[in-house]
Amino acid sequence: MDITDFYDTFFEEADELLAEMESHLLELDVDNPDQERLNAIFRAAHSIKGGAGTFGFEALQRTTHLLENLLDYTRRGELALRRDIVDTFLEAKDMLNDQLDAYRQGGEPDPEALERICETLRRLALEEIGEEADVEAHAPPPAADAVAPSPPPEPAGEAASAAGGRFEVVLLGVDDKDRELLIEELGQLGDIETRDGDAERYRVTLSSSLSADDIEAVMCFIAEPEQLEIKALDAAPAASEPPAVAAAAATTSEAGTNEAAPNAAEASPAPGDAKADGARSAPPAEKAPAKAAKSNESTSIRVPVTKVDQIINLVGELIITQSMLNQVAEDSETLDDGALVNGLNLLQRTARDLQEAVMSVRMVPMDYVFSRFPRLVRDLAGKLDKDVELVTEGKSTELDKGLTERIIDPLTHLVRNSLDHGIETPERREAAGKPRTGKLTLSAQHQGGNILIEVIDDGAGLNREKLLAKARSSGLVVSDSMSDDEVWQLIFAPGFSTAEEVSDVSGRGVGMDVVKRNIQAMGGHVEILSQPGQGTTTRIVLPLTLAILDGMSIRVGKETFILPVSAVVESLQPAAGDLYAMAGDDTLLKVREDYLPVVAVHQAMDVAGAITEATRAIAVIVQGEGRRYALLVDELVGQQQVVVKNLETNYRKVPGVSAATILGDGSVALILDVADLHRLSQSKKENRIFENRSQPLEKEVEPS
Amino acid sequence: MSNATALDHTVAAEAGSQEFLVFSLGEEEYAIDILKVQEIRGYDNVTRIANAPEFIKGVANLRGVIVPIVDLRIKFRLAKAEYDDQTVVIVVNIADRVVGIVVDRVSDVMTLTAEQRKPAPEFGVSLPLDYIHGLGNLDDRMLVLVDIEKLLTSEEMALVEEASE
Repeated sequence: MDITDFYDTFFEEADELLAEMESHLLELDVDNPDQERLNAIFRAAHSIKGGAGTFGFEALQRTTHLLENLLDYTRRGELALRRDIVDTFLEAKDMLNDQLDAYRQGGEPDPEALERICETLRRLALEEIGEEADVEAHAPPPAADAVAPSPPPEPAGEAASAAGGRFEVVLLGVDDKDRELLIEELGQLGDIETRDGDAERYRVTLSSSLSADDIEAVMCFIAEPEQLEIKALDAAPAASEPPAVAAAAATTSEAGTNEAAPNAAEASPAPGDAKADGARSAPPAEKAPAKAAKSNESTSIRVPVTKVDQIINLVGELIITQSMLNQVAEDSETLDDGALVNGLNLLQRTARDLQEAVMSVRMVPMDYVFSRFPRLVRDLAGKLDKDVELVTEGKSTELDKGLTERIIDPLTHLVRNSLDHGIETPERREAAGKPRTGKLTLSAQHQGGNILIEVIDDGAGLNREKLLAKARSSGLVVSDSMSDDEVWQLIFAPGFSTAEEVSDVSGRGVGMDVVKRNIQAMGGHVEILSQPGQGTTTRIVLPLTLAILDGMSIRVGKETFILPVSAVVESLQPAAGDLYAMAGDDTLLKVREDYLPVVAVHQAMDVAGAITEATRAIAVIVQGEGRRYALLVDELVGQQQVVVKNLETNYRKVPGVSAATILGDGSVALILDVADLHRLSQSKKENRIFENRSQPLEKEVEPS
Repeated sequence: MSNATALDHTVAAEAGSQEFLVFSLGEEEYAIDILKVQEIRGYDNVTRIANAPEFIKGVANLRGVIVPIVDLRIKFRLAKAEYDDQTVVIVVNIADRVVGIVVDRVSDVMTLTAEQRKPAPEFGVSLPLDYIHGLGNLDDRMLVLVDIEKLLTSEEMALVEEASE
């Protein structure tokens, strides 16, 4: 196998590690940093560096090396964290992302950017520590960190230069079988001089021309990193573990912290000496995070969405075939055959379960979306000089992968708006009697077959007067008697912005209309709730998936159509007295207090042989794009979940139709687009009035 | 007919020869590049699409894929377009799309050498020259070689969104 085969694994791992690093950096409390967190950040950097070294990604290795050293100082408390230092770390992390992308595309990262970030990191090290960040060795780290979750910073780069010598390899809690394997491996790496111990702690002395890192890298194929301790024995005596300490360690459990070791480490020589002696206290455990990621991989796999969609397609076909079989069995005289009926029932149940299971593969937690906001909020708040606390709720709520990707942009826009226009500056907040820190909440929850996503800020709220004034000046028709809800809806009008000045964050007047359009394109809707002085809540309601839809089958003439259940309000049989003819072919239906326009499906879709008399038909009251109207159909057939199939894949957009699905008998049924159907009906009516002729109907003779 | 096919296959390796699927629309014989053909199936279960041109019969389910069905007989204004046991749909793959075309009959697969392919005359067939590769000359038969891709993606077929592509 070629080493490049492992590139993808490394890229994915590095992506995860960088994401982890970022989230830890963001959550870091600058004044009182959590040691665990610092260690985790350090570990991430170290693991990436290790991989970068292995695969020869030099720029990546250099950057992580510098970053890692700085992180090491912070985690040992020698570098006091400040916000701007964290910013620099984040910047370095972004740079690592860029470098990774460049390597992923088979290129080399931008050398200028590399120099820039290296310079920044070096300067930071120089200013804060008074030391070159990439000076070879500083005080060697506590050797016993093997068991604590904080690995020491022995970079792989140095390992190569300091290769060779005698090593003591200690195996902690390795079972007999693995131990034999490991010793065999070690035998191949060099000469084994002594070996003794028990399962708890087994010591091997090895002389090898390799570095400790290389040895560890080989051993990691068999043992977990925390089961290994590798030490150079030729080092200055202080750096190696005194036998007493080792003995003490032997008595502690595998995971026990070796208290004595840090002292030994601190007693080790100054940097210069350490280098001169070639003294190396080998890093025992820094591969831990990478290893953990690997063991996660065994329980999850990455699959292209197209493959999943293919399975969904096939399962859909299976279900259709299954219902066809059912139909055949029911029609024939085989119903008495108990075994056949049982078998068919079983098949039906299994097929449905299979469909559900396959559908759930497409679902991903909202965390996928929310996780990108802490950084955005932090950066924006800094730019705007605002204090903002981000709270996320319902991270585990699941949503179709296709939708999560499409919801990111609209959500980003809403979050930007909340930060820019919603949440006030700390001074203003204080003056208004609110805490200086604003609160922005992102929440997600399931609501029936939908997901409800909310962006809540506790800012100033929308200003009714300002909105109205702005609407007037941009030529929209408004009146003072409009309800608050109607006024809030104004901000979705194209080109509408109330920001007093255009900032580079938001306020250019493009956006909210795009947000609304995008959300509607996903089959959802958006609404705004706002209280002056209390804040604004934007609610987005989306279907859980675009792949299946709760449909209501309706019959018109001989044809079957599907209406999305979410668009159906109610259905009723219109009474003659409730129908009012209007000029120009229009009819209105009185439903309780409302007069609703009537659209006959057979007219809009040119269906022959349908019921044309409204009083004999059924009126389905539907709602689309905020407009309610009555749809005349022949019959309601029933409700069912349908698999949504795109018509545009092989054909084109059809007016009044959003997509298609396949019915139980294998035929195709069109899914009606309620909002578009109304538009279609209007334009057809206009055509009829002007041209005064009806559309031609079917002329050919078709087998029924 | 089958004899001719067998003969043609023997010369298939000859340079410039190309395989065609031959079908008939009314009395005329047409041929399309065999490489564009995905499969042949019966005419069955087509769902009508409202407000579409007359020759677009609707959409059908091809193993989970929704495929538009075009009746070339109506498009070429043939005297009659009847649907019986012989009526078949040739499913073709063009421009990353799958489209079914309704024809009266599929006769056979033929190999035409470069010499057997002639440029199309200025008149004589019921479709514009733009969509014709040429004429195939085979003993006493004349085949109209249709550029099916160009035809189906043309604006007048209304199969593809005008704005895109």
